[in-house]
Amino acid sequence: MPERIWAVPQLKGGALAPAGREALAAARRVAELLGGSAEAVLLHSGATAAREEIAALDLAAAHEADAAVFSSYTPGVWVGALAQAIAAHAPRVVILPHSYQTVDFLPRLAQELQAPLVPEAVSVRRGDGGLIWTRPVLGGKLLADVRARGEGPLLVSVQAGAFPADGVGAGDTPLSPLELDLDRLEPGRQVVGVEEAGEDQIDLSQAERIVAVGRGVGGEEKLGPVRELAEALGAELGASRPVIDSGWLPRDRQIGSSGQTVAPKLYLALGISGAIQHQVGMKGSQVVVAVNKDRNAPIFAEARYGVVGDLHEIVPELTAALRESG
Amino acid sequence: MKIAVCIKQVPDSEARLRVAADGRWIDEEELPFVINESDQYAVEEALTIAEQTGGEVVVISLGPERVREALRKALAQGASRAVHLSDPAFAGGDALATGRALAAAVRREEADLVLTGSQSSDLGYGATGSVLAGELGWPHAWLVMGVELDAAAGEVVFVREMEAGLNERARMPLPAVIEVQAGINTPRYASLKGIMQAKRKEIAAVGPGDLGLSPDRVGAAGSGLELLAIREPEASGEVEMLEGDAAEVARRLVEKLRTEARVI
Repeated sequence: MPERIWAVPQLKGGALAPAGREALAAARRVAELLGGSAEAVLLHSGATAAREEIAALDLAAAHEADAAVFSSYTPGVWVGALAQAIAAHAPRVVILPHSYQTVDFLPRLAQELQAPLVPEAVSVRRGDGGLIWTRPVLGGKLLADVRARGEGPLLVSVQAGAFPADGVGAGDTPLSPLELDLDRLEPGRQVVGVEEAGEDQIDLSQAERIVAVGRGVGGEEKLGPVRELAEALGAELGASRPVIDSGWLPRDRQIGSSGQTVAPKLYLALGISGAIQHQVGMKGSQVVVAVNKDRNAPIFAEARYGVVGDLHEIVPELTAALRESG
Repeated sequence: MKIAVCIKQVPDSEARLRVAADGRWIDEEELPFVINESDQYAVEEALTIAEQTGGEVVVISLGPERVREALRKALAQGASRAVHLSDPAFAGGDALATGRALAAAVRREEADLVLTGSQSSDLGYGATGSVLAGELGWPHAWLVMGVELDAAAGEVVFVREMEAGLNERARMPLPAVIEVQAGINTPRYASLKGIMQAKRKEIAAVGPGDLGLSPDRVGAAGSGLELLAIREPEASGEVEMLEGDAAEVARRLVEKLRTEARVI
């Protein structure tokens, strides 16, 4: 019996979310490394589209539980259902997308099973003593290699974009029902409602040019020259989360996983280190320019042009150069 | 109401980091340390709730001697007591081992509510608070943007951040664990009086034995995850670095954006 490598994809509107496909691709990759079989586990409530998508992929098997209790997320139900499924089928590795929802419940599942957890993996390889997973630490400035003890189950969440969705091809996956004792599931919280985080949002998604500032700008009172630069460029002003949390700019200027997703022709990142939460919001930018004091800031890996230096010195010179040549 | 706040001391995010000689972690010599960002907001939230309910705040942290400085800061802000999981056996734990140790400390304090940050800026597991909740058998919520007590119902009402600009409002019974997101309040400064008072407040150093834990259940020995090595990410090689004085760099950058990248 080959070892089972499970992926638990997330759904969106009854279909597979892009990150869900990436989790399946990651399971496929791990199955290749270990000589195991990649399988999907689908917890859903009448998600016909997702079932059809999974059936048309090249996986060894898919286990599904279709029940009303899975129509909306609660941590207790997800932890309880997956703990039952894992106990019954003993997969070696269980892979999920790294998202706000999975981070809410995956550590609880790890605690319940006393299973090691690798959060936010970006790659995996075979090394001495088993799989070696790589994950970002210290705000993405450094990468750590980690290895799990024991024979499994091992829980892993994979960072968006780390395992391209095309890693799993077309095929014919048999679906079979997952036997669960639904009466034992407790939600753990009572959801009252879902609400919009902000009011009238400025839509940065259509902006052609964006000047974005990070913690490195140093304070609200220092934004004047940045605003002038944005004006000279005909750009919108954006910011990373620390700037918003400090109250230097309003929340509708936030770019990143908890803010807006943008795809401008030019993205000028000033004093932004480029943590993954920020990167997911600006990855679609055509040309990124990064100005940062720290040459090791992850933002430089996303940039086409980079300047190591003090943004307060560079910004007025950029404005002057634009006005001169424009 | 007794509130426990679990905080972590982490390297200052502005600090320049160097991989240590053994390649397994960063060189901590002369590195500035601060209270982890989201934990700072957890301390403030705990103090606010304690003021509203007439309760007390106990601050708990795990780590070496330097961690006393972080605990002292929270005491100066208004926490009544501190517990320091200081034994070297606690070091090197993954989320399971560290959550287990912190849960034992919370149990000993008989707290009704635990507040902590959502994620540390160093290891960044985003898991320790939820593991702690699991160890205690309490409900939890991660990435919390707002907290309100419903004392009559014995419940806590919270707003949790979801993806795509949506928030979820939900309630759960006490005792519970709330993991707050950075930015949910405005952390107070310690007053001079607070700083003076903090010098006389207790910081209790505890080891695994004090918490009823065997040393092989905590720290590196009690972990399912081994940290093998850390390294700098490989440069993508695509970035073109512009060097020189600010005026020269600005002029060349504008030219490149105009004629090479054609985006202005």
